[in-house]
Amino acid sequence: MAQSVALKRTPLHAVHVSMGAKMVDFGGWDMPVQYSSLVEEHHAVRKAVGLFDVSHMGEIEVCGPEAVRLVDYVTTNAASRLHIGQAQYSGLLYEHGGFVDDILVHKVADDHFFLCVNAANQEKDFEHIRAANKFDAQVEFSSGRYAQIAVQGPLALRTVERLTPVELGSIGYYWFKDGTVSGVQARIARTGYTGEDGFEIYVAPAEAPRIWNELLEAGRDFGIKPCGLGARNTLRLEAKMALYGHEIHASITPYEADLGWMVKLDKGEFIGRSALAKQKEHGVSRKLVGFEMRGRGIGRDGYEVRLDGLAAGWVTSGSPAPSLNRNIGLCYLPAGEARPGRAIQVMVRNQAVDAETVNTPFYKRAKTA
Amino acid sequence: MSYPENLRYTKEHEWVRAEGDVGTIGITDHAQKELGDIVYVDLPKVGARIEQGKSLGSVESVKAVSDIYSPVSGEIVEVNESLGQAPEKLNQDPHGSAWLVKVRMSVPDELKQLLSAADYQTYVGAES
Repeated sequence: MAQSVALKRTPLHAVHVSMGAKMVDFGGWDMPVQYSSLVEEHHAVRKAVGLFDVSHMGEIEVCGPEAVRLVDYVTTNAASRLHIGQAQYSGLLYEHGGFVDDILVHKVADDHFFLCVNAANQEKDFEHIRAANKFDAQVEFSSGRYAQIAVQGPLALRTVERLTPVELGSIGYYWFKDGTVSGVQARIARTGYTGEDGFEIYVAPAEAPRIWNELLEAGRDFGIKPCGLGARNTLRLEAKMALYGHEIHASITPYEADLGWMVKLDKGEFIGRSALAKQKEHGVSRKLVGFEMRGRGIGRDGYEVRLDGLAAGWVTSGSPAPSLNRNIGLCYLPAGEARPGRAIQVMVRNQAVDAETVNTPFYKRAKTA
Repeated sequence: MSYPENLRYTKEHEWVRAEGDVGTIGITDHAQKELGDIVYVDLPKVGARIEQGKSLGSVESVKAVSDIYSPVSGEIVEVNESLGQAPEKLNQDPHGSAWLVKVRMSVPDELKQLLSAADYQTYVGAES
């Protein structure tokens, strides 16, 4: 197919191509979807360690004396309650309560917040935040200054520690430290999108290929695998982590997406607050719920969901779950029906296939001490 | 990957091997690589009639579902039942033991419209 617009490339693009990754257009970015086998990459992350290039993700910095006031005003979670070195998952909403994006907010200093946002939304997010800036704060679009590499899996810590003097064990889940990796300045966050322990490492783009190769070398005896977006999707789905454009978008609110925990109505005014307060009072009409296929078939994104033979909702994400040996998915259903144990049917290529709503997350890692 | 000389290929990445008036149909190595880990194969029953260029079934991988377009017209005489239990064979031996169906061809001239191994190789080289 003819490309009217050139695809964007991460600083690791040439590395992916030289390693034989299969590349696809992902929201305008030419990204690796898989290296060897999606399923093998998935298992490497669950059992050992996997390496992801997530440099397409965007970064926005909010600085200045009233940085926290601006971040709190544009997000649903309470940025004011973060400690320095702590991160939180949050929502960037429109006034009507729908998602502009879902983001990670990192507190670097009292007057400096570092936001990690979705690749395809970064320009939109930046404009949204800048337009809402009625405070003494500066908003900077800084995606060009960072590559991001995710090291995920039970052996992620032992892999990364070979390349850094930072004591990784002292970084709690959803905390971060600035230090060096492979001798260069890096931000090391204990965050991820796989349901496993792991780190997301932000470095200067020019350093990314060398660090990528050194991480592969450091994890070699653990069986580290470079992983594509295919495995990233099955991993995040098993862990029931939302994907923008699927579970959440401009017409979906955090309460509908089962993300009420990231809304802090008591923190003061923020964009979307009144719509959410109203929704909380009256209740949501539809809600996200997990399901497992009982019949033969896979309910995929966009497929219709039926209750007792009548159209009632839609699948937002669906896939075989390599760690569970089942076909799983997430779907929207009328709120009263969105409870585990409800028999549903998913329309798979014009055939109604039986499925059942279930508890989520589908996969939860065993807690280590 | 070299594409066997005794197969004829479609631009939709199926192959057919003709022996007398029976054609064995499968998907190409390129197709299985594009799909990735295959988890389901849906095939017609023996006796079903299929038409060149029309869907005869589907292959589903972890990440996508894809139609199989028949390279020739005719009647299904045999189905590779082993794929039901072991669809992953399609990732391992797409030009051999993981054939899909055998068909009694009704329009043998259709074979002439299909690509040779060399032409298919050039085609997938150009496509990617």
